[in-house]
Amino acid sequence: MSSSRGGNGRGGGEGERQIHVLAVDDSSVDRAMIARILRSAKYRVTTVDSGKKALELLGLEPDVNMIITDYWMPEMTGYELLKRVKESSELREIPVVIMSSENVPNRINRCLAEGAEDFLLKPVRPSDVSRLCSRIR
Amino acid sequence: MLPLCSRVLLSHPFSPMSLMALREQLNMLVNSMYIEGLLDQQFQQLQMLQDASSPGFVAEVINLFCEDAERILTELTKDQAVVDFQKVDAYVHQLKGSSSSVGAQNVKLACIQFRQFCEENNKDGCLNALNVVKHHYYLLRNKFDTMLQLEQRIQAYDSKQQN
Repeated sequence: MSSSRGGNGRGGGEGERQIHVLAVDDSSVDRAMIARILRSAKYRVTTVDSGKKALELLGLEPDVNMIITDYWMPEMTGYELLKRVKESSELREIPVVIMSSENVPNRINRCLAEGAEDFLLKPVRPSDVSRLCSRIR
Repeated sequence: MLPLCSRVLLSHPFSPMSLMALREQLNMLVNSMYIEGLLDQQFQQLQMLQDASSPGFVAEVINLFCEDAERILTELTKDQAVVDFQKVDAYVHQLKGSSSSVGAQNVKLACIQFRQFCEENNKDGCLNALNVVKHHYYLLRNKFDTMLQLEQRIQAYDSKQQN
């Protein structure tokens, strides 16, 4: 798990709190990519490698403004994580974005129906993220 | 294959090759990798994410990719007598994902073929496909090694110039 908490800390240039994104992906390559994309867009990022760790973190730190998660992970899929978040009274307001390397319409629809904010196809690009985050602000 | 003069120069690490020449060599290498299908456009996306605030990003991702790929290839090479198609497919899916993310085109395509054989429960097809993936991966890794060496030399040169 890594966090840029020590660096810029809170507060963007305008005195606003920095948006904190929790990125969940079991692939170390994809974690590095999504973290870099988010950080270069000036978001504070915490990465974890499983849904279980994501829920642990969310239980401790409710200052997460957005969750971006891979769909296909061992043990707990991104869809299952999405459901758990949306079922929780403390967490349900947090937007959840699903990422997947596979373009499966049923999967996409199920996630959106369950309350996902958006569904991104991998490999994710900076333009996907800026489009997303401007809607979430 | 790098041209002869480049191979000779690379084997003399202290040769005073100019920064410009190093950059040119790196460009030539990367271009040849695109032309030969080792890399696709996604690698450019990766390069664009590297900047002054994150100068080692490409190297970091390449290293993560290689660690991951070698871990997976090691797993896939075990127990070839009995093929657990679901388990194999899960590994190949992972490798396909990471190769897609770094722009490793030939490796990705080989993984797609491999998954096809898994789906068909075709053992011989899978064993062959594994060899094809390895072939493409090790070719790529070789070139990545050269690329990273060149990058390191360029960055060392840059920081020397600044002192």
